[in-house]
Amino acid sequence: MATYTLISSNVLASSAASVTFSAIPATYTDLVVRASIRTDRAGNNIDLLKLVINSNTSGVYSQTVLYGTGSAAASTRISSGTEFYYDFINGAASTSNTFASYELYIPSYTVSQNKPMSSFSVQEDNLSSARINADANLFSSTAAITSLTYTSNNAANFVSGSSFYLYGISNA
Amino acid sequence: MSDTPTKVVVDCSTGITEVLPLTQAEIADMETARLAAEAERVEREAKEVADATAKSALLKKLGITQEEARLLLS
Repeated sequence: MATYTLISSNVLASSAASVTFSAIPATYTDLVVRASIRTDRAGNNIDLLKLVINSNTSGVYSQTVLYGTGSAAASTRISSGTEFYYDFINGAASTSNTFASYELYIPSYTVSQNKPMSSFSVQEDNLSSARINADANLFSSTAAITSLTYTSNNAANFVSGSSFYLYGISNA
Repeated sequence: MSDTPTKVVVDCSTGITEVLPLTQAEIADMETARLAAEAERVEREAKEVADATAKSALLKKLGITQEEARLLLS
């Protein structure tokens, strides 16, 4: 039976441009990140969450994205990207005090093969343009995953109260 | 409270969390990325307006409504 162990939790006491989990131990089977996120991206209710793994910004990131906008369901595809960036999160114009919910699941993060992973986020809002997405992601690197760095894809800051939790899963 | 943007770095091997000020180079990179994102947004919105205007003009030229155009394409 899978066991979840909280490796690290971080609730921002003040705004920050990025959050990095470094020196991730190789002692688990899988990794999970859960986060509650809002940025100060001005004039927009939507922002996008960017993830760089192992500080690798070569073109090794691919994503197939399914998303709903409240008025339509659609999909998009990103190949050979320099990061994962297609998870919707709340910007400054979203309903006050609402935060996006985000989850990343990385199976077998230490094995010497390319790393598929899933992500899911909900941009919480009361507006008709609120968005939800589910992504199939591929990090084409055989290196064990040892760090995860999150930023806003629009160079905004994560606001105070945003929270990031990293779990290690044993016996998955 | 400092106005200097910060970054949060968690060392998972020690559990130590550091809140570090961005370097001048990182601040410059961030500003470049912000300006690029804003320019992209303005360009995208301008294209959406231009597309909508062109679509409306075409429908008018053809003398059909949007619903009739949708029916033709279905």
